[in-house]
Amino acid sequence: MGDRADSWVGRAVPRLEDAALLTGNARFIDDLSPLPGIRHVALLRSPHPHARILGIDAEAARAMPGVVGVVTGAELREHLNPLASAVRAPMAYYPIAIDKVRYAGEPVALVAAEDRYLAEDAAEAIEVDYQPLDAVVDPLAALATEAPVLHEEAGGNLVHHRQFAYGDPEAAFAEAAEVVRLAWRYPRQSATPMETYGAIAHFEAAPERYTVWSNFQGPFILQPLMARALGIGGNQLRLIAAAHSGGSFGIKQGLYPYLVLLAAASRLLGCPLKWVEDRLEHLSASSSAADRADEIEAAFDGEGHLTGLRFDNLVNVGAYVRAPEPASVYRMHAAANGCYRVRHIAIQNRLVTTNKLPIGLNRGYGGPQFYFGLERAMDLAARRLAIDPAEIRRRNFLAADGFPYEGPAGAIYDSGDYGKGLEMLLEIADYPTLRARRDAARAEGRLFGIGLAAGVEPSGSNMAYVTLAQTPEEREKAGGRSGGVACASVAMDPSGTVTVHLDSTPAGQGHATVAAQIVADALGLRPEQIQVDTAMDTGSGAWSLASGNYSNRFAAIVVGAIAESAGRIAGKLKAVAAELLEVAADDVELAEGRARIAGVPEQGIALGRVAAATHWHPAGLPDGMAPGLYDTALLNPAVLDAPDGADRVASAVTFGFLCDLVALEVERATGRLRIERYASVHDVGRVLNPIVVEGQVRGGFAHGFGAAMFEELAYDQDGNFLSGSFADYLCPTSADLPPLEFANYETASPQNPFGSKGMGDGSSMLTPVVLANAVADALDLDEVELPLSLDRVWRLANPETDGR
Amino acid sequence: MKPAAFEYCRPDSLAEALALLSEYGDEAAVLAGGLSLGPLLNMRMARPEVVIDINRLADLARIERDGEVLRLGALVRQADVLASAECQDLVPLLVAALGHVGHYQTRDRGTLAGSAAHADPSAEVPLCLKTLAGAVELTSERQVRRVPADDFFQGTLTTARADDEMITALLWPTDRGRQGFAFEEVSERRGDFAIVAAAAWAERHDYDEGYRYGLGLGGVEEWSLVSRGGGRRAPEDLAEFADEVIAGVTEDIEPMRDQRASAAYRRHLADHLGRKVLLRALETALGEVQS
Ligand SMILES: Cc1cc2nc3c(=O)[nH]c(=O)nc-3n(C[C@H](O)[C@H](O)[C@H](O)COP(=O)(O)OP(=O)(O)OC[C@H]3O[C@@H](n4cnc5c(N)ncnc54)[C@H](O)[C@@H]3O)c2cc1C
Repeated sequence: MGDRADSWVGRAVPRLEDAALLTGNARFIDDLSPLPGIRHVALLRSPHPHARILGIDAEAARAMPGVVGVVTGAELREHLNPLASAVRAPMAYYPIAIDKVRYAGEPVALVAAEDRYLAEDAAEAIEVDYQPLDAVVDPLAALATEAPVLHEEAGGNLVHHRQFAYGDPEAAFAEAAEVVRLAWRYPRQSATPMETYGAIAHFEAAPERYTVWSNFQGPFILQPLMARALGIGGNQLRLIAAAHSGGSFGIKQGLYPYLVLLAAASRLLGCPLKWVEDRLEHLSASSSAADRADEIEAAFDGEGHLTGLRFDNLVNVGAYVRAPEPASVYRMHAAANGCYRVRHIAIQNRLVTTNKLPIGLNRGYGGPQFYFGLERAMDLAARRLAIDPAEIRRRNFLAADGFPYEGPAGAIYDSGDYGKGLEMLLEIADYPTLRARRDAARAEGRLFGIGLAAGVEPSGSNMAYVTLAQTPEEREKAGGRSGGVACASVAMDPSGTVTVHLDSTPAGQGHATVAAQIVADALGLRPEQIQVDTAMDTGSGAWSLASGNYSNRFAAIVVGAIAESAGRIAGKLKAVAAELLEVAADDVELAEGRARIAGVPEQGIALGRVAAATHWHPAGLPDGMAPGLYDTALLNPAVLDAPDGADRVASAVTFGFLCDLVALEVERATGRLRIERYASVHDVGRVLNPIVVEGQVRGGFAHGFGAAMFEELAYDQDGNFLSGSFADYLCPTSADLPPLEFANYETASPQNPFGSKGMGDGSSMLTPVVLANAVADALDLDEVELPLSLDRVWRLANPETDGR
Repeated sequence: MKPAAFEYCRPDSLAEALALLSEYGDEAAVLAGGLSLGPLLNMRMARPEVVIDINRLADLARIERDGEVLRLGALVRQADVLASAECQDLVPLLVAALGHVGHYQTRDRGTLAGSAAHADPSAEVPLCLKTLAGAVELTSERQVRRVPADDFFQGTLTTARADDEMITALLWPTDRGRQGFAFEEVSERRGDFAIVAAAAWAERHDYDEGYRYGLGLGGVEEWSLVSRGGGRRAPEDLAEFADEVIAGVTEDIEPMRDQRASAAYRRHLADHLGRKVLLRALETALGEVQS
């Protein structure tokens, strides 16, 4: 499939989504007004990073004009169960502070009024009696015995600790010719979608149920968790995602506690409630990637072969462990060997709570942090061993003829040819010339550096990888878990036109276009003839735990479900057409809107007539054939098995590959980086639509570039939040991005009928470290941290500079 | 992030606007481009009773030459100046600086007067106005007065404007910088407020051997640091002269520090950028005299 020269799949079909977006006709959550009488919510948030709530006086606020009501944590607690997570430490997480606030921005009270303005006026009038407590924001400081404790019941801030060994890391390090060691801080960052969180929650008393419209984007494993928090059955919580979303990059996962909060408040206040998050709320209190204090040790033999790895990951989860955390530190776990052959790996994972906002999904999910260590270590080893950084990677790559390859921690790498990618990269970047230019620049005393990085991009997650947070015995007791199910429905109506439903809640990635390409191929139609409904509704469409938009699952798994469902519709069309044409079903082909006899294209009938027969004349169908043309496929990739007793797990379905190279000059006088060249080569398996792929690469690069250069959700020592606007949290604009030279090649994945791999995260994972590598090279340094802000780079370039 | 309630007035004449200002005083806020005021309102950091939108006062949008002075009305947008050949000719330093102010989108609405009224210590327009020894025209029902930029800017977000006064124009000397000027700044991203900005101009007298210069540094302290001077004869060694001027300007400074830039970095940039722009301005204006 997808190989036919005339297929739509693989072609640069213009995105079907764009007409609506460009003409202002796309409807986002804030455009929806699904029922009358909606009231608007403002949230009163804690100004304190850490404080006890002694009392809340909302009488004045309740009496203000237009105010419907005020709800506090103490009231809501009666109606809510805590939100669960895979971490067993005893600590309750509610979507609103109950008796203590643990980060600046945590919701303390909810106000509903006739409009948002009045709601904010009323929120100002609420008086909260706080008893401020000492705060801690640094993950290492939070481990100290004298540190303020966030959750007294947990007995300390260390809320998760596991150690793993694969192969024999002790021996590998004992025998190593060279060991490089790095310790660093990784800053807290966020993907900052254009559209913030938004939701409308509606409680109905009879029958008792909640309907919530929102831009929540899964994973829908959180749906049962929300239902449990509300104390209801799953079928009493209907989640509807708007058809369009102004970006997510994972972060809209963190919306779910707000959905629970709004649902419960809708019940208490007796009216539907709408809340649209503003930018200050989004930056301070939505979700973000974790800041980390990590260490890595890498063992090498004398020829630069990587023989052992030790990771020590200390993850600052913020104030609460919000499901699916601690997944971010387990995302890369099973593929901790990266793209290399190393078999001996030790991993220690610790999670620590601090007075920062809780972490969650964010583009790259654990990848940028993981690769920062591994790929800095590879560059450092190359320097120590006097091996070219390209060569040391080449020496360690998985062999091209060794796929599928089972990594030491259980990842099953589907396909690849990493050496080929690296050669392409060196060629398009003109590596020899860059090296010559570096030599020349250095001879003149200038600071010129080249950075390289390579890595795999796991896609289509196994829902069970997060259970590595539990011991094999705990997992055994909890019952088996595995899989990453995708759902897709294809329907042909009586007039012969096609509608597709997806469970992938796209946030701008063009899923509708690619789905239409797949279905058009299967049914002999044109993509623009297919309607793809991406508005997900748990009350009416097929979905499962893995549904949603994350881990690049669309091109890895969902496409298979679409193909399966469309294939079954095609099969039925052929069977019915065969009767009408009086030939064997095998002789029927679907093309150009017709079912026709293969080899005799002028003999056929319009698909509309075939479809009509299944709806209008079921009695005329072949014996035993069900009427209509409606099919739903639920598909689970067989590779996604449960973790084994040795903590190995096939964590993802496909493993794309990418490698990046950057050449830059550091301006000694200002710390400014002048990017001379940035090149990136990707293997995303078979390309389903090159426009979509290139868009994802460029977007991922922009995220990675911002993360490398500017971005940090900053807190001061006392826990005050410092990045509450886009004047403080600096995202790159188009004017700041250097040109990206992008190329790709294909190794087909055996994991789905198209040979495609998931993609989209990759560049955001590698761009930060490749820039750090280049700066380290330019300045001849071991230690470089992010973001590469002017002041930081200037200091590194001028080590003689004193103090503040 | 919704503003507290306010009255919105959109006067059709300057007289009407001034009457409102004199009635409401510090309870009023003038709305020009809204790029700085808008966020302040939304974050409820400004809570005026009345917002006076001056965008209908078309007379204030004029760019006029008045002898040795270029008069830029309060509604002249940053983009207007960038597009004006007259401005390019008469105040090239300002035009060079405006390229660093925000982005196309913000310059299209943002006014120069709004920037002066807002008085951010890192803003380019106040820096240039002060470096060039320009002035601010303030109008109220009581009077029209011209306040030299040196006196107008008093600190972060603080100016000499009285509550009932409106800025009606910024006045730019046109005899400074046409022979030699330079502007440089360092900011994290394109279009950000500067971490440090440096502006300089130099001019040969047309009546004798003498010369004048100006150097301004923004973003270092709460207000722009400025040195202006001159002499009967151009300095022999321009580099040495520039060093002296810089040393004088930065002698006792206590640079600001924030999340993004330390005092040490600002001090270094003040020195580095200041020397660079001053030397370039001097060399263009006076270079010939030397050789
Ligand atoms: C994304 C972005 C980037 C920016 N980057 C820069 C930058 O790099 N450098 C820079 O300097 N600025 C920058 N700015 C600010 C911009 O230049 C503003 O335009 C300027 O500060 C204010 O001009 P305004 O016309 O929008 O004034 P407004 O926002 O309307 O008013 C600003 C203040 O001045 C007062 N005011 C306005 N006009 C008058 C008047 N005639 N008389 C009395 N008071 C008045 C208002 O009451 C208010 O207090 C940026 C803004 C944005 C949004």
